[in-house]
Amino acid sequence: MQKETDRLNLDEYRDVWVFAEQRDSKLRGVALELLGKGRELADSLNVKLVAILLGNNVADQCQELVSYGADKVISVDDPRLEHYQTDIYADIITRQVLTSKPEIFIIGATFLGRDLAPRIARRIGTGLTADCTGLDIDEEARLLVQTRPAYGGNIIASIVTPSVRPQMATVRPRVMKALDRDTARRGEIINIPPAIDEKNIMVKIVEIVKESKRSVNLEEADIIVSGGRGVEAPEKFRVIQELAEVLEAEVGASRDVVDAGWIPSTHQVGQTGKTVRPKLYIACGISGAVQHMAGMRESETIVAINNDPDALIFQIADYGIVADLHQVLPLLTKKIRQSMEER
Amino acid sequence: MKVVVCIKQVPDTGEVRIDPETGNLIREGVPSIVNPDDKHAVEEAVVLKEKYGGKVTVITMGPRQADAALRECLAMGADEAILLSDKAFSGADTSATSYTLGSAIKKLGEFDLILCGRQALDGNTAQVGPQLAEFLKVPQVTYARKIEITGGGLKVERALEDGYEIVETRLPALVTATKDLNIPRIPPMDAIMDAYGQKEIITWTASDIDVDRDKIGIKGSPTRIRKASTPVLKKGQIEIIDGTVEEAVDTLVVRLKGKQLI
Repeated sequence: MQKETDRLNLDEYRDVWVFAEQRDSKLRGVALELLGKGRELADSLNVKLVAILLGNNVADQCQELVSYGADKVISVDDPRLEHYQTDIYADIITRQVLTSKPEIFIIGATFLGRDLAPRIARRIGTGLTADCTGLDIDEEARLLVQTRPAYGGNIIASIVTPSVRPQMATVRPRVMKALDRDTARRGEIINIPPAIDEKNIMVKIVEIVKESKRSVNLEEADIIVSGGRGVEAPEKFRVIQELAEVLEAEVGASRDVVDAGWIPSTHQVGQTGKTVRPKLYIACGISGAVQHMAGMRESETIVAINNDPDALIFQIADYGIVADLHQVLPLLTKKIRQSMEER
Repeated sequence: MKVVVCIKQVPDTGEVRIDPETGNLIREGVPSIVNPDDKHAVEEAVVLKEKYGGKVTVITMGPRQADAALRECLAMGADEAILLSDKAFSGADTSATSYTLGSAIKKLGEFDLILCGRQALDGNTAQVGPQLAEFLKVPQVTYARKIEITGGGLKVERALEDGYEIVETRLPALVTATKDLNIPRIPPMDAIMDAYGQKEIITWTASDIDVDRDKIGIKGSPTRIRKASTPVLKKGQIEIIDGTVEEAVDTLVVRLKGKQLI
């Protein structure tokens, strides 16, 4: 690990950078979460926290980034940056990174971030750690310790990038905490002209289709009600949906019911489906296969309803009811509806 | 149409069980499979070949045993299989892996399309595809759920968090496949027999491809694993709510309200 340390002059690299992801000219939650974490990293290294923002009409978002912790914002504002395109974004950001030499650069592990970050890292020739759930500074070695689950969450690995800079990582959304918004905070805002070389644009967007609100957004849900084999039949998924409706929750499912065709794969939670981290996860008739639990074990509160007292899901649940879900759910739906109407 | 598909052999983590005594993973006897997303990539390549003609080459980097994964792809309809196997490749992170795969693809010569699975079941990084595209300086389209060949290029529907977008790109290009792209075929018995009998796997070592030894394997990996541990599965905090169904539901509602979850 020590051998290669003199390949780069690591001391030339300072500051913590955060990629400020926006959509429709509004910052996404993950950008603020990264600033929260970035602030902590920058403070322990005694360096600046810099946010880099690309978009169209994003001027008023710059102060937002400062309010949430940035010391400095690099803003590239241009109509051609309204929608994310790998080639343009990678070109602009790589150029800024190579000139400014940050020591750490973190990006949200969103669809966009996971498309963009590897392209940049490879171009710069640095390492990249995917989908981190923890970031800390090893002060002695001045290294970013990047923690991530692998093997479906069954192994937790600590990863470092000893000899190349910046140390790059994508960070799982909804894991880090944003700071409280402080509009009195002041920071430096730098506008960079968008040097876009049209020749480098290899992929063109023809159309962007937003699927209706009914589309499943498990990753960002606060509450998820999930069904497994114990639901017994596809038409019986209705009890899951009804509970989800009163809770304004999303509907999740285990792999075997998706494989059985009871519900579309967009609902699948688990290693081969989506990794979720809601405030409340209600697992109904789910036995708790490792591959399912890998995708939901980090939920803040887990409720398990299953008629098998030995179901593995009870091992990670906070509350358990050992009973038939078809008896429990209709009643639970009714009581929750009542308690909401009382308010 | 010349299509190269990059695949990975992974342990079937769906088959992993937990030791009820220790809470640890039981890894013995876990079968190895072709990474699920990669199967969709292979299927798409074979569909394109059937439609437009050409050749499908599957390539993987891994130990000798990864041979079995390649044979499965041959049975699905791939024409050629290459195994990159060398001690010098081991310990590679995604960066070194993309360099090694990319160097082998350069040796293969011209190609129209590279297909990769979106991500692997074991590492879940989704990084090798884009890193490989960057190394080869070709456009990348990730998370494909539909691919169409147009005059001289590709039209791809790619998944987004809250919908999808349709993009166009020129060839050669690299596309990463999601599960929604297609349904991988189950090869017929005679194709499986052929894949194990007639067809040959080409094995390349580091000396067979033009690589800088400092850029492969663990030596060529900018990231290092410091520590790996098994997280404790048991929270040990569970409250089993007893009583009749009605009582249990009432208690649960009280608990959830107490935590301000409802």
